This record gives sequence, C-alpha cells and structure tokens, in this order.
Amino acid sequence: MHPAFSVIFLTTLIGVGQGLFLALFTAHTYALFGLLPDQDGQRFYAYGSLITLLFMGGGLIASFFHLGRPERAWRTATQWRTSWLSREVIVLPAFMGMVLLYGMVHLLDWKLVLVTLPSGLPIDVSVLLGSLAWLLAFALFVCTGMIYACLRFLREWHTPLTVINYILLGGASGFTLAAAFSAFAAPALVGFFAGWSVIITLLGLASRIAALSRNARLQPKSSLQTAIGVKHPRIRQTAMGFMGGSFNTREFFHHVRRPALRAVKWFFLAGAFVVPALLLATGVSAATPVVLILAFIVQYSGLVAERWFFFAQASHPQNLYYQDVVSG
Amino acid sequence: MTQLALVIDLNVCVGCHACVTSCKEWNTSGAAGALADQNPYAADPTGTFFNRVQTFEVGTFPRTETVHFPKSCLHCEDPPCVPVCPTGASYKRKEDGIVLVDYDKCIGCKYCSWACPYGVREFDEKQKVMKKCTLCVDRIYDLSLPEVDRKPACVKACPTSARLFGDIHDSESEVSVAIRDNGGYQLMPEWSTHPANHYLPRRKTSVHIHADELERADNPLKIDRQQPQPGKAEPSLDDVTSW
Repeated sequence: MHPAFSVIFLTTLIGVGQGLFLALFTAHTYALFGLLPDQDGQRFYAYGSLITLLFMGGGLIASFFHLGRPERAWRTATQWRTSWLSREVIVLPAFMGMVLLYGMVHLLDWKLVLVTLPSGLPIDVSVLLGSLAWLLAFALFVCTGMIYACLRFLREWHTPLTVINYILLGGASGFTLAAAFSAFAAPALVGFFAGWSVIITLLGLASRIAALSRNARLQPKSSLQTAIGVKHPRIRQTAMGFMGGSFNTREFFHHVRRPALRAVKWFFLAGAFVVPALLLATGVSAATPVVLILAFIVQYSGLVAERWFFFAQASHPQNLYYQDVVSG
Repeated sequence: MTQLALVIDLNVCVGCHACVTSCKEWNTSGAAGALADQNPYAADPTGTFFNRVQTFEVGTFPRTETVHFPKSCLHCEDPPCVPVCPTGASYKRKEDGIVLVDYDKCIGCKYCSWACPYGVREFDEKQKVMKKCTLCVDRIYDLSLPEVDRKPACVKACPTSARLFGDIHDSESEVSVAIRDNGGYQLMPEWSTHPANHYLPRRKTSVHIHADELERADNPLKIDRQQPQPGKAEPSLDDVTSW
C-alpha cells in the first residue's frame, strides 16, 4: 500500500494523545488508592488533558488531509453499524469531549462526591469522567486498529496483532510523553511513568516482532492464476491497459526499493523501542528532563517510521493485475 | 431477485479496447460529471476509467497464448467495499444488484478501494470522489432509448460480442445459459465475494478431417475416370485439377 502521511500522522498523534490520557488516569487511580502522592489537579491533570487534546486535535486535522471532500466529513458518523471507520469518527470526538470535561473538572477543582466506597474512599465526578474517557480511549484504539485488521484481503493487517500493536505503541508513546511532562509538572511521578513506559515499550516491541515474523511467513492466498482464472503455471503480463499509470498503480504500491524498506524496518525497531527504552532508563536515573523529552521525540519519529512500514508492507491482491509495477 | 451482470468471453475478446473507449465516452458525458483525465495529451497521461483491458501471455514461447482480459467492477453479490464505507455512499441496489457510489455522499477517503480485492474502484482526482462501473445504470433503464440500446455501452461497443449482459439469477437468461454451457467462472473465488460478473474460459477449437473427406467421393469426373488422375501432391482445388 502507499503510505499516506495524513493517515500516518493521524494514527500516531491520536495514539500519543490516548496513551497520555491513559497515563494520567492511571496515576489518578493510583493516587486515589494512596499508592502515589496526590497531585495538584490544576497543574497536572488539567494541563495533561490539554496536551492530550492538542495531540488529538493534531491527529484530527491530519485526517482531513486524507479526505477528498472534507466538507462532507459529518456524513461519516452514519454507518457505525457496519464500518469501523465510522465508529472511529464517533468515538474520537466523544473521547476528546470526555477529556475536555475531565480537564475542566480538575481546572475548576470541582470535587462533587458521587459515591463513597465502603472503605470510606470518596469517588468524585472527575473519577467518573476519567473512567468513561479511559473506556473511550481503549474503544478508540480498537476502532483504529480494526479499520485495518478487518480488511481480510490485506493479510498483513488481518490479525489481532494489529489492534494489540495500536494499543501498545500508542500507550508506550503516551506514557513516554507523560514521563517527560511530569518532569516539569509532577517530578514525583517521573519514575512511575518512565517505568510503565519502558514496560509497555518492551511489550510493544515483542508484539511488533510477533507481527513482523507472522507477516514474513505469510503465503499469498491469491495468485495471477486465480486473478484472471487461467490455470497455467506460466503467465506473464504484457499490458496493464494503460501506459501512464492509474489510481491502481499509485494507491496500492509504495514504489520503494527493498533495501530502503529494510532500512526503515531497522530504523523503527531501534527508534520506536530500543533507543527510547534506554533513554527513559538514563533519564530517570540521571533525573534530566531533556533526556526524557528526547526519548519522546525519538520514539515518536520511530513510530512514524513504524506506521509508514505498516502501510508499505501490506500487499494488496489487486497488485496482481499490475505485474510491471510489482517487478519494479 | 435480479442480479444484473456482465459475462465476458475470453475466447472471443480480441483486446481492441472498444469497450474501454465506449465506456469512457458514455460515462464522461453523463449527468454525474466527467471522468477526469490528467495530462491527457502530455507525458504520463492518466485518468479515471471504469473499464480496462489487460493482456497476458500464457505459456512458454513458442507455445504461448495471448489472453486479453477486460476488467471492471464485478458487482459482487457480497461486496466487501460496501460495509466499510463510513458515509453510506457505497451501496448495493436491492432491485438489480448493481453496486453504486453516490457521488454526492462520498468523502473520498478511499477506504472502499482498499476493501476491494480486484482494484476496480478509481479515485477521480477532479471530483475527489471514488468512482466505478455503474453497469450504465443511466442507460439500461432509459425508456427514451430503443430497447436494443438499453445495454451497457461496453456491451454495445464490442465488435466480437465478447460481452453479454443480463440477469444471472434468471436461469434461462442469455448470461446464465452462457455461464452454464461454457464453464463460466468468477475471479478470485478464494475470497467468497461472489462476483456477479463471470468470465468464459478460452476454448480449444479443433476440427477432425477424416480420410474420406479429403477426396470427393461423389466427384462425377472421378467416377467416370474420364480424366487422368493427378498425384496427391498436385494442387487439389476443384477448378484446377479434378481428382
């Protein structure tokens, strides 16, 4: 497939946003049960929600560049019964709205206690809003992943690993950003976020390697024989039906040579996983915010490369009809 | 239930591209707007087409066959491109099974083209919407046309009648009989999309000539032996020799 930067930035930016919110709310929950020091809501959660919204908004803007007719985007909310893309379009603003409310409640320091647990723990409105946003964050990861995983013809994507990777890679980058953010807003939480970030990054590395090795062993289901229905072992295409290219030769091919593709793979394995994990470890031990920010920048660049490779690696069965492009 | 479809006879198609140009002409002139081209008269011309004819060489030289392969939307009975559409612009008509795109609802996200294993949907760079074969829906029901013309433009244009059009759910229709009698098949059956369009395979045409057919047994000249009989290596046209 042709990797479109609009979709690459959409999926990576909202992944960071969702991951950052999950990190914030995880810290909130830990603090609720007294496992972490309580944070000043105004500075930490409100600004954290704002950064989440900035990343989500960035992703939303990027997504519009993918549309031929962005002015009709409102129509995309209508087919939620069948289309994962439609579901994503509904869940994304719902998540953003919930994060906005969560941030506002913290900013206004509104502590309306809804229910008190038998242990005497007060559950206020921010916990309720945070829980709903937490659910929506996961729902959004599932929707985004399923947009790709539900396409059975693109067998590189048609696996549960696609959804798992979207969750883990988004989560990893979000927790890394949370570590960098907390270095300024809540230094007591740096170790907590960085620790979880390393764990999620390594889990993401494992599941991404699992996806890569699965895809390396994939046998194509369709062949030129089934594509045109001629059962002969030797078929050679002599004409594609045009000479100057078409939508089919542009949208479904990455037009990149194999060595470059391999280089991108090694770059993202290092950039999205190994290097940020090392930087996070040094950043925590040396207590330097700059290293943590660097860890996030490196990991985000790695994830952009990862997403580029995710698209480029998927080989569409329609490519069988364009053998000249396949053989380069 | 009606399921309109094309049946394309690969045994007859000569790869002349008349269906391609006729389709382009009809569909670029319709009310739905032009099928835009880019650089039509310059280097690397490209544009939106509903129908393409590709050519394949089967076998190893010198024992090869050339197969011309027209390719357009197959109007699948279980179209994978329809449920993924987020706006409902892609739909399959209940009354005749044609898969269509509502150009006024399409947002041009191209997701449907990813979901089609055949690559028959094309993005129009001018109108910024996805387009595909409509089976000339604006023509086959047009009562102002004579009945013989109420067929897709490609079918009307084909000089060898390689393209048949009809209802494959009507077991006695021309297309159903053609599929049944000539081993009609679907493309990429492994994906269970159940394409409505079928292709008829190449067929071997062989003629057996028996020994008694080489000589005219009823040739009166021969019966009467009035003419000297030339050798069999001599020219054998009736007007020239007479054995």
